[in-house]
Amino acid sequence: MAIKKKSKARAGIPTASMSDIIFMLLIFFMAATSLKTVEGLKVKLPRARSIAKLDTPKRSVLYVFIDRTGRISIQDKLMNAEDVSGVIYPLRQNDNRLTISLRADQETQMGVVSDVQNELRDASALKVNYSAKHK
Amino acid sequence: MIKKKTRPPAEVPSSSMSDIAFLLLIFFLLVSNVDTDKGIGVVLPPPGEAEIKLNPKNITMVLVNAKGEVLFNDEVIPVNEIENRARELEARNPKMVFSVQTDRKTKYQDYIDVVDQLTIADVKKLALIGTPQ
Repeated sequence: MAIKKKSKARAGIPTASMSDIIFMLLIFFMAATSLKTVEGLKVKLPRARSIAKLDTPKRSVLYVFIDRTGRISIQDKLMNAEDVSGVIYPLRQNDNRLTISLRADQETQMGVVSDVQNELRDASALKVNYSAKHK
Repeated sequence: MIKKKTRPPAEVPSSSMSDIAFLLLIFFLLVSNVDTDKGIGVVLPPPGEAEIKLNPKNITMVLVNAKGEVLFNDEVIPVNEIENRARELEARNPKMVFSVQTDRKTKYQDYIDVVDQLTIADVKKLALIGTPQ
């Protein structure tokens, strides 16, 4: 006598709860990830009225941070004022649309800012944007 | 004999799930702000000590000292008056160059205030001399 086969349960992954799982994952990642915060130093930007949006594409913008104690940071590296042109010169050679976004603190002394500007001139990075907040 | 109650199948109602998801999506879209970079754009003078001969009549000196006081053509004026003065001069002489000089101890905010005023006044030629070494 032939053994009667048991009728197998249909093989299949239940997909009804799939969307729930996806949403859970979505929410988890939304809550857990923080967008990449801008690198650099903590600065309190100055306030101004005549500000405009920077029209250079993001990848041609280089951020130069100067905090209130006069420390300078470019691409997450602290440096002295006299080293700035050496760092920026090769970047300027590769990209002639390079714009420097100068994010200096309200309280920064102009001596440092001026030194950095002279370095930028030496590197022929002449387009500068003084980052500011709306008054 | 005790009859078992027929229980409704346990299930989370999922029809409103998508509504909730959309709400969350919209919430995060509105709340997360993409950091836009705003500021005052300037163009620095090219390197080298280029001697540009300017008629002294065409130069307006704007000096900012360490305390944030402004000397505008040898006259102490409040910062918010720079705009009107600059407009006047610019209207009278379109070739006017505004030269901003600061002390090494001047605060960046004071400098930005002055540059801001000049930008509002729509000056065409802005020279940022910086600080004396």
